[in-house]
Amino acid sequence: MTAELLVFFLLAALSVAGAVSLIFQKHPIHSALSLIVVMVALAGLYLLMGAEFVAAVQIIVYGGAIMVLFVFVIMLLNAGLEEHTSESKLAGFPGILLALALMGFVATTLARSAGSFVSSATDGGKIVANLSSTRQLSTMIFKDFVYPFELTSFLILIAILGAIVLAQRES
Amino acid sequence: MVPTTYYIVLSAILFGLGVLAFLFKRNIITIFMSIELMLNAVNLAFVAFSQASGKLDGQLFVLFVIIVAAAEAAVGLGIVILIARNRQTLNVERVDLLKL
Repeated sequence: MTAELLVFFLLAALSVAGAVSLIFQKHPIHSALSLIVVMVALAGLYLLMGAEFVAAVQIIVYGGAIMVLFVFVIMLLNAGLEEHTSESKLAGFPGILLALALMGFVATTLARSAGSFVSSATDGGKIVANLSSTRQLSTMIFKDFVYPFELTSFLILIAILGAIVLAQRES
Repeated sequence: MVPTTYYIVLSAILFGLGVLAFLFKRNIITIFMSIELMLNAVNLAFVAFSQASGKLDGQLFVLFVIIVAAAEAAVGLGIVILIARNRQTLNVERVDLLKL
């Protein structure tokens, strides 16, 4: 087992453990902290794949901004322990089975297509490894995808306006 | 190098756990967090395929997904605050205005 594979299994186990803990924690703030563990582990996996810019954005935007927003709202609303009502029995045992089936289906389908992907990848992988992928990524953003990139700023502006309108107190 | 299949399987597992959390959780904020978990699983698949194909399109798409997720979190948490203010609860079972 190479060191890379060892790091992968370590980070994968960490992320799966965080996701399982998200399900089993009763308090929303504990769930939020578990989700932060998942996100940091995923950032490590991105680094392992050589996507260092995505890893940095993952830590800054997901781990920093979005999760802080979640924790902020949990504390603002003073969310307590989850109360379990027995109103929906449907999402019990069948729910687990269906989720497991979905997991297996997605995994097999994607893994099969991944096999053809690897075989079709020629020396392109080496190009990414040699050049700085952040530089290539910035060239792509500001050259090929500049209009979608500018549109996202409008999206964020609209989202800010929407959040303000939703959360303001009616006078 | 770690095979792409491993990343894909991990991504599917994380997505499935996100679906499970979505089905089982009763707190609206936790349900919202499980959506973020599913988005993260999809991002992992994107980066893995980007690495496998040797093109950076996948990573670029991940950046757009993250931007949209940030916008979604802002609006969604605004809605959560509104629900908490109007109904005095975060339990989705109690938010049943549209239920028959």
